[in-house]
Amino acid sequence: MMKKIAVMLLISFFAVVLPIASTHAEPTTEITVSAAISLKNAFEEIGKLYESKNIGSKVTFNLGASGDLMTQIKGGAPVDVFASAALKDMDDLDNAGFVVKETRTNFVLNSVVLIVPSSSNITLTSFEDLKKAEIQKIAIGNPKTVPVGRYSAETFQYYKISDMIQTKLVLAENVRQVLDYVARGEVDAGIVYSTDAMVKQHEVKIIVTAPEESHKPIIYPIAVVKGSKNEKTARSFINLVTSDEGRKILSKYGFKPIAPAK
Amino acid sequence: MDDSLLFPLKLSVQVATVATVFVVIVGLSAAYILSRKNFSSKELLDIILTLPLVLPPTVTGYYLIVLLGRNGLLGRYLYAWTGWSIMFTWYAAVLASFVVALPLMVKTARAAIESVDENLIHASYTLGHSEYWTALKVILPLAKKGIIAGTILSFARAMGEFGATLMIAGNIPGRTNTMPLAIYSAAAGGDRSQATIMVIVFTLFSGLFLYFANKLSRRIL
Repeated sequence: MMKKIAVMLLISFFAVVLPIASTHAEPTTEITVSAAISLKNAFEEIGKLYESKNIGSKVTFNLGASGDLMTQIKGGAPVDVFASAALKDMDDLDNAGFVVKETRTNFVLNSVVLIVPSSSNITLTSFEDLKKAEIQKIAIGNPKTVPVGRYSAETFQYYKISDMIQTKLVLAENVRQVLDYVARGEVDAGIVYSTDAMVKQHEVKIIVTAPEESHKPIIYPIAVVKGSKNEKTARSFINLVTSDEGRKILSKYGFKPIAPAK
Repeated sequence: MDDSLLFPLKLSVQVATVATVFVVIVGLSAAYILSRKNFSSKELLDIILTLPLVLPPTVTGYYLIVLLGRNGLLGRYLYAWTGWSIMFTWYAAVLASFVVALPLMVKTARAAIESVDENLIHASYTLGHSEYWTALKVILPLAKKGIIAGTILSFARAMGEFGATLMIAGNIPGRTNTMPLAIYSAAAGGDRSQATIMVIVFTLFSGLFLYFANKLSRRIL
């Protein structure tokens, strides 16, 4: 009996230890990029391009709401590059001392659109129409952590409908969840980036684009995170993002690239 | 919309209490059937009822969405007939807590009922009592310990439910942000002081609950 237990313990010990030991043979050019989830499709393509141009390198993406990602980095998450959907989250990180300042650059602009499920037959022509009684649920990102949620709140303020639609709001954890809620018909309308609407263009209908003056400028910054163990690779990845090739990929997905300051 | 720190606690207690009531009713019935009846699909029923215990809450939440979302397998009919969907309401939070806590009640109550001395049950029948009377007056009282333990476990699980709740009730301040969700938001949003206060309040509440639950169960038993 004791022998059986001893053998089982030994086997389970090795079953746990050996896999852990083998993962320590990491490629030294591996970086983790925390990026706003709206960048998912564009960045995944840029990541593959980077890996094909730099054999032996590996780019892993950590996608989510910029606010959540920023909190993770502040909490010590081992991230090499941070790309957010708003200046605020990068500023927060910068002020807390987590950004390699000289690598910080703004790389794309975006715009925000009002969408409805493609099967919806409610007539909506503007943001103000959200006051209509037939619109019972509106999905937006949680303004506390999701940039698009803040832009949405700003647009509501601009059209002076904030109070009237407050009780209709369903807060989502990130912009892709807003998109999913609308695509699945769980809500009557939602506000996402125009780039996200493109991803599910058959499941959602764009009603209108929010005018630029209705919210803060939607500028995406990118930077190397201080303490990165692979700063060279991190910088090189950012260079690819801001290069002509990178900008071409971003344009393909609907982003408006900003020419890098020379 | 109530934004105070007390709302999440109030909501959590409300949701957990309502969920536990349903868990006791449904759980006891299921436990009785599973322990005292025999039918062909018995093992299948047991597995289905136990599944939420083994599955991650997010999987359970996903199934609930597929079933009861506005375009869900059942939800679409509910929406077509009533224009109402359970998604993003506190009822969804109750449902999520109910589903994940039910297996705890079923397992503990079933074990308790199965341990009741069969002779006593037979004695009751030979004395002319109906199955219903026997269940209520003989079996349940004798299975008291396990049933109370199951109830306490279920309430505790319901209070702590996070994953499935987040998926079907959402995390809407003032409406569906139960304590676990509110703490998550506060922590994710970097609001350390809010998170700390809520965590302390929740821990104190849980401690008090366990203290009184133990006291009460000692008194009943």
